[in-house]
Amino acid sequence: MPKLNLNREPMPRQDPKLRSKNFNEVALGYSAEQAEAEASRCILCPRHSCIDGCPVEVDIPDFIKAIGDGDMPEAVRILKSKNSLPGICGRVCPQETQCEATCSLAKKGAPIAIGRLERYVADWERANMESTNSPIIQPTPSGKRVAVVGSGPAGLTAAADLAKLGHSATIFEALHTAGGVLIYGIPEFRLPKDIVQAEVDYVTSLGVKVELDSVIGKLVTIDELLNNGYDAVFLGTGAGLPMFMGIPGENLNGIYSANEFLTRVNLMKAYQFPAYNTPVKVGKRVAVIGGGNVAMDSARCALRLGAEEVYIVYRRSEVEMPARREEVENAKEEGIQFKLLTVPKRFLGNDQNWVVGMECYEMELGEPDESGRRRPIVKEGSEFIIDVDVVIVALGTTPNPLIAQTTGGLETTKQGTVVADEETGKAAKPKVWAGGDIVTGAATVISAMGAAKLAAADIDRYLRE
Amino acid sequence: MYKILLRQDLVPNIHLFKVWAPAVAKKAQPGQFVVIRIDERGERIPLTIAGWDTEEGSVTIVFMEVGTTTHRLALLEAGNSITDFIGPLGLPTHIEKFGTVVCVAGGFAVATIVPIARAMREKGNKVISIMGARNKSLIFWEDELRSVSDQLIVTTDDGSYARQGLVTEPLKELLEGNERIDRVIAIGPSIMMKFCAQTTEPFGVKTIVSLNPIMVDGTGMCGCCRVSVGGVTKFACVDGPDFDGHQVDWDLLFARQRIYLDEEKRSFEQWQSQHDILS
Repeated sequence: MPKLNLNREPMPRQDPKLRSKNFNEVALGYSAEQAEAEASRCILCPRHSCIDGCPVEVDIPDFIKAIGDGDMPEAVRILKSKNSLPGICGRVCPQETQCEATCSLAKKGAPIAIGRLERYVADWERANMESTNSPIIQPTPSGKRVAVVGSGPAGLTAAADLAKLGHSATIFEALHTAGGVLIYGIPEFRLPKDIVQAEVDYVTSLGVKVELDSVIGKLVTIDELLNNGYDAVFLGTGAGLPMFMGIPGENLNGIYSANEFLTRVNLMKAYQFPAYNTPVKVGKRVAVIGGGNVAMDSARCALRLGAEEVYIVYRRSEVEMPARREEVENAKEEGIQFKLLTVPKRFLGNDQNWVVGMECYEMELGEPDESGRRRPIVKEGSEFIIDVDVVIVALGTTPNPLIAQTTGGLETTKQGTVVADEETGKAAKPKVWAGGDIVTGAATVISAMGAAKLAAADIDRYLRE
Repeated sequence: MYKILLRQDLVPNIHLFKVWAPAVAKKAQPGQFVVIRIDERGERIPLTIAGWDTEEGSVTIVFMEVGTTTHRLALLEAGNSITDFIGPLGLPTHIEKFGTVVCVAGGFAVATIVPIARAMREKGNKVISIMGARNKSLIFWEDELRSVSDQLIVTTDDGSYARQGLVTEPLKELLEGNERIDRVIAIGPSIMMKFCAQTTEPFGVKTIVSLNPIMVDGTGMCGCCRVSVGGVTKFACVDGPDFDGHQVDWDLLFARQRIYLDEEKRSFEQWQSQHDILS
């Protein structure tokens, strides 16, 4: 029985004081030595329970073994045979609740750093391999055409898989750049945009066409796509409608939805204003309402823009926060302050309609609610005021209703999600499939990819009937 | 890339572009808008659709030079291209046989109102149009608007052309007159729309305005364009841009339009100094 190595290789990161002033990547990536050291910790257990934790079923032990053997091209081949966006997943997947949670060494407190190794392989490929313009698989064209709506993780994955199966896939993207939430939501310091572009380029190298500036539901409807040469449609339009609290003062100047704030900063590069023409308000005291990854991203962007004080305002305690542990730690290191068990009651403005303060309640935790987490209860009479000049509301998003409003026969729920079969992604409307946040509500990049893979497989079955 | 097929300088600082965008032209309806981005560093800005030609595959936009983006746009000539041209966005103006419709256009909004007046007339409405500008040098598309109206009243603030006064004056006269007015459409600078709505309110005539808050995506994903109508928050880009003028919280609209005044000034000053260095 080989001796277990429980020393997880740490991820080198930019110093917190330095990084809180720039938008460069925080996590710097493993060196070759670190990657080999971490890969050699894998005991190649026969159970390979890590694969069970992966929504796209990457052959994890195989690619790790290839790293250990020094065969990087093989590691790339194995990884990319299941995951078309490894540079992205290696950075943003919550591996700690997925493959690393089911790793045999997890119960010893030292699971293999699968995510960091995935990132290492993806980055190695970008740096070392010739452009992948001629894909290894050259499938026979089926003559069938699929319209993919949305160029986020679900759309990119569905289109890539369909192309690999021989179908002609065209992605329709509403924005002026491809990537969806990868490009407008997740900040540069967590997911560099040149990596997103490289992954998009890989998808287009498979023969996938991308039509930008195309708002499906406005420019053309789903029925028009089906009546004009497309044999099937996959909806990967995500959950892009911001939720507001509906409390007094929410329309004051300086109050943003996280979507608007992040879109200005990430997609429109407002952190380089005025060289990039889109502005964003840089507050002195910024409050971010919410406790998820989007809240962490918003807070850390606000800090980097130059805010003096940035607060995360969350109604429960730290243990209930849905954000990745790693990002909460990063935020704390950077100096972001956490005001927990706090909920805004109303926003206070001056006579020019600018937000100047936020009146909040203190909360306490009661019995668990439907989410399984302890329910936050208002402490009556506990109101207090926090001075703020910018507020970012990061409470979550729901699907943009445009597709549902312009597509007959699509079954939707009260929350605005499209109803689709869990195993196949098949929607109620003939020839239409859906996957990702449009079906589940806001979730993760990798779960969108998993759903897209299932749908692409089912679309393929249908097209070959 | 969307090529500019034609450029017309209508009046000082107001320009017309016919842009090649066949898919948008095919779907465009009166009252809708497009979002454009000049290039990689440019902002996304909304511009109302002033016309479209499905045979030529073109969409007409009319814009006024105000800040950095519109000044940069004004440097483009026919043959140049705009990087992004997204549309048609927003809900189209509700066109129905109402009876007699008064279309009021303030300033460069005459471009927006022409397709609406045309559609109203084609639906069987009697269309009375009012267009106003500060002075004679800023009057354009008078013939275009006349050709789609049963009656046209032109005003200039300083009386240098046609009738002296603001557009609200002939509007009030029409409402006080013998003819029943069934609907008013008022489009122009926010303050002008507010005053038109205030003018029609005592007469109880439904007045539709086209709100122009700041926008980024134009598809309902960010909430930047939120306005308050009847006490309810709406996104102008997807719930509008048309709204009931009597229900709009105008003060909120004015306030939110001022959010980036400092940044707009800074951006324009920087662009101007760079532009002066180059020219």
